This record gives sequence, C-alpha cells and structure tokens, in this order.
Amino acid sequence: MATVAVQVAGGSDGIPLRLKLQRVEHRRTLGAFTLVLPVVLFVLIAFVWPIGRMMFNAIHDDTLLTLMPRTTSALSAWDGKDLPNEGAYAALVEDLKQSWAQKTTGVIAKRINYELPGAGGQLTFSARKVSTVSAGSYKAALIEVNPLWGQHDIWSVLKRGHSAYTGYYLLRSIDYQYGAEGQIVASPPQNAIFRDVFLRTFGISLGVTAATLLLGFPVAYLLATLPARTSNLLMIMVVLPFWTSALVRTAAWGVLLQDHGVINDVLIGLHIISRPAELIFNRVGTVVAMTHIQLPFTLLPIYSVMKTISPSYVRAARSLGAGPFYAFWKVYFPQTLPGVAAGCLLTFILCLGYYITPALVGGPADQMVSYFVAHYTNEDLNWGMASALGAILLAATLLLYYVYNKLVGVDRLKMG
Amino acid sequence: MTIYSRVAGALAVTGLMASALIEPALAGDQLTIVSWGAVYQQVLHKYVFEPFTRTTGIKVTEAVYSGEIAKLRAMVESKTVSWDVVDAGSNAWMMCDQGLLETIDWKKLGLDRAKFGDAGRFDCGVPGQFNSTIVYYDKKLPTSPKTIADVFDTKKIPGKRGLWKNPYPNLEWALIADGVPIKDVYKVLSTPEGVDRAFKRLDTIKNDVIWWTAGAQSKQLLADGQVVMTASWTSKEADKQFGTMWDAAQSGAPSYWTIPKGSPHLEEAYKFLAFAGSPQPQADLTREMPYGPANKDAMALVDPEVLPTLPNTPEHDAVALHMDQPFWIENGDELRQRFTAWLAK
Repeated sequence: MATVAVQVAGGSDGIPLRLKLQRVEHRRTLGAFTLVLPVVLFVLIAFVWPIGRMMFNAIHDDTLLTLMPRTTSALSAWDGKDLPNEGAYAALVEDLKQSWAQKTTGVIAKRINYELPGAGGQLTFSARKVSTVSAGSYKAALIEVNPLWGQHDIWSVLKRGHSAYTGYYLLRSIDYQYGAEGQIVASPPQNAIFRDVFLRTFGISLGVTAATLLLGFPVAYLLATLPARTSNLLMIMVVLPFWTSALVRTAAWGVLLQDHGVINDVLIGLHIISRPAELIFNRVGTVVAMTHIQLPFTLLPIYSVMKTISPSYVRAARSLGAGPFYAFWKVYFPQTLPGVAAGCLLTFILCLGYYITPALVGGPADQMVSYFVAHYTNEDLNWGMASALGAILLAATLLLYYVYNKLVGVDRLKMG
Repeated sequence: MTIYSRVAGALAVTGLMASALIEPALAGDQLTIVSWGAVYQQVLHKYVFEPFTRTTGIKVTEAVYSGEIAKLRAMVESKTVSWDVVDAGSNAWMMCDQGLLETIDWKKLGLDRAKFGDAGRFDCGVPGQFNSTIVYYDKKLPTSPKTIADVFDTKKIPGKRGLWKNPYPNLEWALIADGVPIKDVYKVLSTPEGVDRAFKRLDTIKNDVIWWTAGAQSKQLLADGQVVMTASWTSKEADKQFGTMWDAAQSGAPSYWTIPKGSPHLEEAYKFLAFAGSPQPQADLTREMPYGPANKDAMALVDPEVLPTLPNTPEHDAVALHMDQPFWIENGDELRQRFTAWLAK
C-alpha cells in the first residue's frame, strides 16, 4: 500500500511522499512548539535565569577586585610565604586613599569582615589614617598605623580577591573556611552552624512528612470509601483550610498554642496540667503548625489514587480467605503507594523551603535554611551567603528528587 | 547584587521613559518620604508632613519600609532611586558607611548643628527623635524588675522575657547584668574576653527568652501574657498599659532623616530635612509619641506633662546606656555574625 502511495505521490509533483510527510511533521512540531513557547519563555525568564544568576552569586564576588584593583594585582605575584613586598604596600595605600575618597571603604571592610571578623574595622581605621602616610617606607608606616598589616592572613584574603570567583561562601555554608595560609579549615565552633541548620531542615521536613502521612492516610481512606454525600462534606472540611493563606493559619496557631491560649487554658481548666505547657516558640509549635498546613498536600494525592482502586480487589481477597488486615495490607495498601509517594514527595519538598511558619511559631533553634537566606539577604546584606545557602538547598533537593526517581520512579507518581 | 541591579536597571529604563512623559507636570513639587509605618507614621503625617506641605507647598508621598537596607542598596546601585527622604533608625550608620546616603551640607540646611549635640556628628542625616529601648513589665508581677540585672535573673522573677532579636542592646545589657559599670561596657565589649562574658551571661537566660523583631510584636507578647517583661521601644499606649523600667535603657541612637544617594529631588529633600530638624515639629510630635526631640531647642516647647515620658530627660539620661555608634560600626559585623550563630544553636 505504502509503495503504491509513494509511487503515486512521487509521480504527481516530483516530491517524494517521505519528504512531504517529514515537512508536515516538522510543521506540526513547530506549531506545537509555538504553542508552548510563551510558557517556556516565562519559565526561562522568571525562573531559570534568576535562579541561575542567583547561584552564580554564590561563587562570584568581585568586590575586592574592583574596589582594590592595585593591591590585588600587586599581590598576584606574591608567593604567600613572608609578608608582601613594598610594592604591595604602596598599592594598598593608593587603594585605601581612593576608597576613602569614594566612600567605598565600608563595602570593602564588610567583605573583609566575612573572612576575618574584626579586620574590617581595622581596615576602615587605616583608611581614615592613610592620608598621613607619605612616600618612603609604606610597609613600616602602615604597620605602624595598624598592626593588622603586619599579619599574614589579611594579605591572604586580599590575594584571593584577585580572582572574581571565590569558594568562600559555599565553604562557609558547610562550616569550612580559608585558613591563614589559604588552606581549607573547619569554621570555629561559635560560627559553625550551617551543617546543623541543614540537618535540622531535613529533620523537620521528614518529621512533618511522616506526621502528615500518619494523619492523612486514614482520612483519605475514609473519604474514598464513604458514600458521596458524606465524603463531599468532609472533603470541604479538608480543602477549606487548604485555600486559606499559610500566614493566617500560622498566626491562628499562635493564638491556640500560646501560654494563655486556648489549648493551655482548656488543659489547665480540666486540671490535666497545673502550669502552661510550652507549645509555642519551640519545635513543638513549628511541627504542629507545619503539619497542619501540609496535611492537604499529602492527603489529596492519596485520596485521588484511592478513589481509583476498585473495592472488588479487597472483596476478592476476603472471599479467598484473607483476614481484614491481611487483605488491606497485601491487596489495598500496595495500590495506594503511587499516591503516598506523590503526597510525601510534595510535602517534603515544600517543607524544605519553609520560612514564615518557623519564623512565627518557632524559636531561634528551629529556624530552617530559608530563614538564613532571608537573614543574609535583608539584614546582613551578605548576598553571597544567601546565594550559597540557597544553591546548596536547591542542589540537595534536586539530588533527593533524583534518588527518589531512581528508587520509586517519577512515572509512578500519581496525583489522581 | 548585580542581578538586582540589572533587573532594576531594565525597569529603570522603562521607568525613565514613563517619567519623561509625566515629569513636567510633577517636577519640583513632589517628595517621597519613607518611614516605619504604623502609629509612628500617622503621627509624623500629622505633625511633620502636613505642616511641611502647608509651609512649603511641596507635596509629600508617603511610603513604608521596615528598615531593609537591601532595598535601598538595590535602588542606589541601579541608580533608580525613588525614595527622596528615608527615616533611618539605628541602621543609618550602616547605610552611610556603605555610601548609600548623601553627605549633608549643614550650611545649605540652615540649621545649627551644635543644637543636636553628639547626635549631630553624623554626616549623612539630620537627627529626628530619640527613642529608647526600655523594659516594659506586667504590672501584676509580685516583684517588678528594678534593674537590668533583674531581667537576667530568672530566679528572682521567673517567666519568659521578650528581647529584641539584635546584638544590641542585648550584649551591653548582659555585661551590665554581669556587674560591669555602664561607663565601662564598651571597653569590656571590645575585648574578646568581654564578648565571651556577654554571651555566657546571655546563655543563662537563653531558654527563657522570646525574641521579637517588630516593636508591635513585643507589646503583643506582653499583653498576651506570653512574657512577663519585654524590651521595647517607648510608646504612649504601652506607657499606660505596662510598668516601665528605665535602668540602662539604651539611647543615644536617634532616628535620622536621610537622603538616598541619587535622589532626584535633592533641593526639596533639603527643605524637608531643614523643616523636620527644626524645633516646632520636633516638639509637636511628642504630643502623641513619647520620643525625645533631638533638637535641644525643641525641649523648651514640649508640654511639661509629657516631659517625664521622654527618653532624654535628665533623670532618664543619668541611668541610660548610651549606644556607642563608632563601636558598632567597627565591630557590628563580627558581633552580628556571632549573635546569629549563637541564636541558631
């Protein structure tokens, strides 16, 4: 049949049918692509590009390179053993003078402070005094102005400033930093918090995911098996909070959980406890409020999968002699797994990025990575750190997703 | 940083094209002033912005921020400054230090810089009001706190305390509670041992502290009975509702009226700074807000009845902890890093 068609088509206008077909296919692909183009562009411009740009900030920092150009280039030849030579000191004097005149000393000092806490202040002090340093021995004069310049570590920092790329922010995000000789060492214990913070983030997310599964699964089962009229009513009760803003719900938990809040008042009124239980501004408050907010996200995919499971399977199992639990466990439960997996993955990934709930009902030791991203963006203005923490969180999430895909298979996920 | 500046730059181009069309109609009679919102801004509106518009004919557009330097930095770096005057609090020195503010030419202002005392030494703004961080407590407490040491003594007064989630004045207070005389606080705090000592003292109450970030939040915590006492900024409502303790109240950091670098309405902004720094509006403000005027001439115009509630009366000043701004400029980064880490542990 095909041969005939080709011969016929080929005969009429000289173009083989295969080519014609290809053209049609091509046009169709192009048409489909044009249809999705707006979405692709949107995702690229509003999502991929900013995130990529942000992650770039985590390794790119040209503060020292642009604001102290002479010093950093003079240091590129420095072997890093003894103190640098006179030329580097002369370059430093020039750079400090210029920065003082252009009011950029604060920015430089801030950058230096990241790596050498306290040295920024000394640098500002030196910049203020540097006009008194005249030609001659710059080295001796600068060390006289401030002993900082006789120390090795500040010069290491400045030398590293010669490159616009730095590993500092990523290292700090996993509690490492550069030592005095430029080697990588562990952060001092009073600053080493980020490994704990990441572990805490994963721990809380895991806990909340487990809690939503335990609470959500029976409800989903009930909803899927009840007659439509009752289950619709119950469904509204599940979905209603889902439509309420997370901020409002978190604030409501504040009212419920506080020392003289509803829960404590009732418990004290019933003489179950004599003093208010500490339910808020700690881990309890954080997990309770997050579980409440995430519950529908876990429940709904499970519910929609359960709806598709025919009751005749369990009936068949029972009629073949399986006990009620055995039938549920061996026949019903495995069929809900795609929904369970989808719900748990959704909740877990959303939990990783939680910010407002821990901030409002958690204590300082319950803050997750996002809190620190916000802190570094808005309060500390250390955008490199914010980017590095964000990049690591994103990478960890993608890695988890990859592992999950290998283990469970994303194609098995079902939202309904 | 560059990502913001580029996006903002792109927006600026669009903005410029738009403003080129509207500019002629608005030029010269418009000023965007940013303050902290809430009751404070309502009072500012009534006693500063409105009288200013009446006197000069310059319209004021108000905006609200919560002290985010990031926003200002993005504007200045991308040269798309849409704020003309910013009411900067204790973050003023940091903004100035980062080169985000215009340096004020006092001759052009026509105000006497000496009238502002120490506060007038700041290069990038005109001092507005002093507001202290004091301790409010529940009036029903069996023993009310008398000194900062009581705030750090959970045996004497059990219960949670609200503190500002900020290294200052908590580090200073910790040292004072630990027995350091107020005048030596910054001397001790500038040594590594002193910093350790402050954090050690803070450790003793760490489990009894609820940290707040917004002034209204602190008063809410106290009103709800979540805390028995809290550090907070003075306010008329709180003065009525709660007990006040002025020992080691942190003062010395007034709010500053500042001009972001690159403001398109520099002339008008100067006019506003001159007005806001003059005695009459500064004194008028105190009718509804217990903040102390920074202009010493204004003190004579203040209603004698509200005078005792102001932070800069001689009695309050005598026991106050004067914030050492140069100290915080020099050591702020380091102490803030450590404080953040300490909190997270």
